[in-house]
Amino acid sequence: MGRLTLTGIGKDYDGVEVSRDIDLTIEDGEFVVFVGPSGCGKSTLLRMIAGLEEISRGEMCLDGERLNETPPQERDIGMVFQSYALYPHMTVAENMAFGLKLAHADKTEIKQRVDTAARTLQLSPLLDRRPKALSGGQRQRVAIGRTLVKQPRVFLLDEPLSNLDASLRVEMRVQLAELHRRLGATMVYVTHDQVEAMTLADRIVLLSGGRIAQVGAPLTLYHFPESLEVAAFIGSPRINTLPVTVIDPGRRRTGVQLPNGEPLPVAVDGSHLTTGETATLGIRAEDFVAPDAADALLKGRLGVAERLGYETLAHIEVNGADGTITQRLDRLAHLEPRQATTLGLSGEQCHLFDAEGRACPRQVTLPGVAA
Amino acid sequence: MNRTVLRLLKRLGFYALIAVVLFYAIFPFYYAVVTSLKPSSELFRVDFWPSSFDLVNYARILGEKSFVRAILNSILVSFSVVFIALLLGLTASYALGRVRFRGRTSVLLIILGVSMFPQVAVLSGLFEVIRVLDLYNNPAGLVLSYTIFTLPFTVWVLTTFMRQLPQELEEAAIMDGATPWITITRVFLPLMWPAMATTGLLAFIAAWNEFLFALTFTLTDDQRTVPVAIALISGGSQHELPWGPIMAASVTVTVPLVVLVMIFQRRIVSGLTAGAVKG
Ligand SMILES: Nc1ncnc2c1ncn2[C@@H]1O[C@H](COP(=O)(O)OP(=O)(O)OP(=O)(O)O)[C@@H](O)[C@H]1O
Ligand SMILES: [Mg+2]
Repeated sequence: MGRLTLTGIGKDYDGVEVSRDIDLTIEDGEFVVFVGPSGCGKSTLLRMIAGLEEISRGEMCLDGERLNETPPQERDIGMVFQSYALYPHMTVAENMAFGLKLAHADKTEIKQRVDTAARTLQLSPLLDRRPKALSGGQRQRVAIGRTLVKQPRVFLLDEPLSNLDASLRVEMRVQLAELHRRLGATMVYVTHDQVEAMTLADRIVLLSGGRIAQVGAPLTLYHFPESLEVAAFIGSPRINTLPVTVIDPGRRRTGVQLPNGEPLPVAVDGSHLTTGETATLGIRAEDFVAPDAADALLKGRLGVAERLGYETLAHIEVNGADGTITQRLDRLAHLEPRQATTLGLSGEQCHLFDAEGRACPRQVTLPGVAA
Repeated sequence: MNRTVLRLLKRLGFYALIAVVLFYAIFPFYYAVVTSLKPSSELFRVDFWPSSFDLVNYARILGEKSFVRAILNSILVSFSVVFIALLLGLTASYALGRVRFRGRTSVLLIILGVSMFPQVAVLSGLFEVIRVLDLYNNPAGLVLSYTIFTLPFTVWVLTTFMRQLPQELEEAAIMDGATPWITITRVFLPLMWPAMATTGLLAFIAAWNEFLFALTFTLTDDQRTVPVAIALISGGSQHELPWGPIMAASVTVTVPLVVLVMIFQRRIVSGLTAGAVKG
């Protein structure tokens, strides 16, 4: 079992609050990813769970048992560090066995567990090597193996892939997902790479300024962000934003006026808004529709076109927009330099955020995505 | 043509400089070795090359019970000082380097300040301490006083070194269930060898060669250490300084030092932490 409950957790460093009001339940076997911009308190929260950092406020329970005062090694929680932190003078096998040895585990038991972990992580041929004779990816696997042998109830991983190069990262990502599927253990994973977050997580916890901005399934955060902050953090390229004026607040549809004067009925509950209020319209790069099927049109001129191979990102200069608007196009889309472009907007595909950045609840249903 | 000559001259100058430095550093020791191998009759003839190979001086020195005893005392005292200084230094450096507490910087500065005092300044005070502890004329008294002088340097160097070890390594050990003592001995110690070897060696040399305390705090022949024993070697009459035996004794006690340096200089290599973190 490994059901982790955090209630009102907070952390002060010398009187400065770096983490606050964290209420979160992580179910047994769940893969939860903490994401957020640098300095938002991801590592701090993870280290509090591990016991490396004292919890200033709130309560943390594992399977119903309060752990605030329990020292790290007695928490039955394993941690994989960003820099791997392998013991350089020990072989791979010794690195993995160290914790068990300190716990006075039986010799044959240790050997068996190390062998099993090594097989799982494809480290068997490397057991007698020292860390400096390993590649980055192998070191990473040893770091995971060191935690694995202890069979903890909860695994904590702090940006475990950030020191690897891009292709190795993709490979390790898949291996991690596979490992989680096989172990069925609870895993808490910190990253600022949203691709890792989207692909690995059962649920994403988006942190911002030490608070939880939103918790939910990856697609929920993507399609139903509760704030502009979340919408802007999840998704690459970043969501497009346009300043708009509310002209017709409503429960099912909220009419807004675009910078070019065109009206657009957005499928959100904007009943708490008032007419004349300014708001922010959000549209993801792939959510533009054909002009003849659109509810409103935006005219602009093509700036830079980025050919990524599998798709094309067109950056379009539109009057009144904050910066350029990014449109996702087919990989072979035909584009002339500085060509005139018309963007079709559909009210169903847009997000609306009030002046404080809170999202107006979208009034659409998407198959397989919980709102 | 001109360039080659210039380069040749530079080369020549470089090696000439090395030769001067080597000569300057080694000649006194070399001359001591040469002198120690001469019988006393030839002692005052200046010879730059070994003219004879006469071990009579060595035989005389090593045949003297008190000198052998002094060597044993020196070994006992020096190794004890090194052991105690490294043990205390290591644990202190863990506290000063890895544990955050109020006044940490002040403690470090005080430690550094203490090591600046000249020996003579504390001689009388230390003498009282040693008398109170009943360690007069006892090698333990020397161990105590040498440790006092060695420890600041040891702590300072080890603390600096300890601070450079990655934080996550310690945290990994904590997650593995290691107590601070286990972390120090089984995780940090193997990585601290270069610093340990360096500081240990310097502590050893200081203890091995120390004269003032050794002279002041001992009384009888059988408690003396080597430097004092050498100074007290006496000749046939009051007016004769027995240079031969003195040189032989000096060479005898210096050789272990040279050997120690040779052994440990292999240990004094950095890069032992390679592979701990990152790729
Ligand atoms: N020991 C400390 N003393 C004081 N402040 C600290 C300490 N450790 C972290 N902080 C502060 O706490 C905040 C959160 O830090 P944390 O390391 O949790 O960020 P993070 O989300 O992990 O960032 P990153 O993505 O860069 O790793 C930061 O503003 C940081 O400056
Ligand atoms: Mg971090």
